[in-house]
Amino acid sequence: MKIAVLVKQVPDTWGVRQLDLETGRVDRNASDRVIDEVGERALEVALTIKDSTSDAEVVVITMGPSQSVDALRKALSMGADSGVHILSDALVGADMLCTAGALAAALRGQAFDLILAGNESTDGRGGIVPAMIAELLGMPALLELDSIDITPSQVSGMRGADHGTVSVHTPLPAVVSVSERTPEARFPSFKGIRTAKKKPVAVQIAEPAALASSVVLTTTSRAARSAGRIVTDDGSSAAASELVQYLADRRLI
Amino acid sequence: MSTCLVFIESAPGGGVRSSAAELIGAASALGRVVAVVTAPLAAVDAVVDELGRYGADEVLVGESSSLGEVLGRLQVEAVTSVLANTSPVAVLLANSTLSREVAGRVAARTGNAVLADAIGVRLDGDRVVGLHSVFGGAYTTESAVDRGIPIVTIREGAISGRASPRTPTSTIVPVIVDGPAASIDSVEVVHSNTSRPDLRSAQIVVSGGRGLGSKEKFVVVAGLADALGAAIGASRAAVDAGYVPKSYQVGQTGVIVSPDLYVALGISGAIQHRAGMQTAKTIVAINKDADAPIFEVADFGIVGDLFTVVPQLVNEIAARKK
Repeated sequence: MKIAVLVKQVPDTWGVRQLDLETGRVDRNASDRVIDEVGERALEVALTIKDSTSDAEVVVITMGPSQSVDALRKALSMGADSGVHILSDALVGADMLCTAGALAAALRGQAFDLILAGNESTDGRGGIVPAMIAELLGMPALLELDSIDITPSQVSGMRGADHGTVSVHTPLPAVVSVSERTPEARFPSFKGIRTAKKKPVAVQIAEPAALASSVVLTTTSRAARSAGRIVTDDGSSAAASELVQYLADRRLI
Repeated sequence: MSTCLVFIESAPGGGVRSSAAELIGAASALGRVVAVVTAPLAAVDAVVDELGRYGADEVLVGESSSLGEVLGRLQVEAVTSVLANTSPVAVLLANSTLSREVAGRVAARTGNAVLADAIGVRLDGDRVVGLHSVFGGAYTTESAVDRGIPIVTIREGAISGRASPRTPTSTIVPVIVDGPAASIDSVEVVHSNTSRPDLRSAQIVVSGGRGLGSKEKFVVVAGLADALGAAIGASRAAVDAGYVPKSYQVGQTGVIVSPDLYVALGISGAIQHRAGMQTAKTIVAINKDADAPIFEVADFGIVGDLFTVVPQLVNEIAARKK
């Protein structure tokens, strides 16, 4: 089984993340850059298949500027076999349709049985690129799966909905995105880190495409919240009384 | 007059999903509202009536015998077939799993760009502008498309405007799907037996964190929520510890809320949690740890044992209501 895993390098959600106020784009230099956690979980799904199947091949694919290769190296050290880096220096500010087009071009004709991705990135939170790729490749899709079960011919799983859960399945080849409810990713082993350096990474230069695109018109930074009144409970009910009065003054109760 | 297309999801138990009213509300500010929905023949009249009450001017019902079995494809066919014959100012959809698939596929097939997770839309001349809240509200951006029809997903619970009722015209559009498709095996509907407001759109949210200590003790959160008429939320730590289901999770990877009042009980306030609630108008925090980062964003904080303070609050609120 030939599996592609799509990963994205994003600003670490444990740090402060910034937008460039001029361009409205993510300021990639303002914070630590990591593989998006949900993308690591998608990779974990692929590596679990590889653990139990002798003929599974896992190719990890990312699109981004030159430093995104770090995300691929991390994925290779976790156990992926090879990487593809779609170098997007010519596509700065690529929107979802453009990104999906570039990823689909790299995937097309490669005979992947399964294309895995996280359900949405923590920076953009669009959650749309996997569906676009499925459409561009003419494949069915199972999106935002909370649990996943893969056989050589089909994928099944459960996904949440606001009214409950839905059990779904699809024949392969297919695009599947997973939610952060799927198992946490493994850590790279020492051996994995050593061998990752020798694994192949193909670099493809993304060409600008003449597609409709979304554009950011304005970007405004919100004033940081400042701490308000903090009282310490002294064992009497004075703090609670003061809070109730505070809420009543603001017509919140 | 301009036309705005809205994709409406049908609910598994009949009728339409609760996002329908806000989508139509948002669309009515952009033009005449044409709603596209899929429904079995027997349910068409009821669905058309319901969408009329929300303010749809016209309802196009995609109908197929495989509805409820095939996942997403019928909805995509219905929207693209309507788009082939009309030129709306925008297509609005919910930011839900199914609607995001429909948005992505329709955009890819028709070559139109997407404005994702908008919290508002407005018309600027004849161009639709989307408003977005980025990084948990740390930034606000406005976006538009450089050409074509914007496909806009709308964050659920973000739109408060509603359209006035209409008597819509309706047309049935047969849809056909061929080729490989994903299938629905079964749907398990969990009936919510709560009278509490929906977390996404509630005016007041009371959330609990790891400080609650156990699933049983989470009832303290429910007690204050009911005293305030609030929805219940939780931090990821509380969800991971199994105190409450995942649907309660507020934060970066859960629901993003923006209520008038947000009360954080036993929540330390990790940056991922703050990304889900820091646009609340008023934030109240109760935590034993005076150094908890939640106090950095709280308008009113109490350093103390929530198991002591919350019952006092509930009593005082009840006393005031008398």
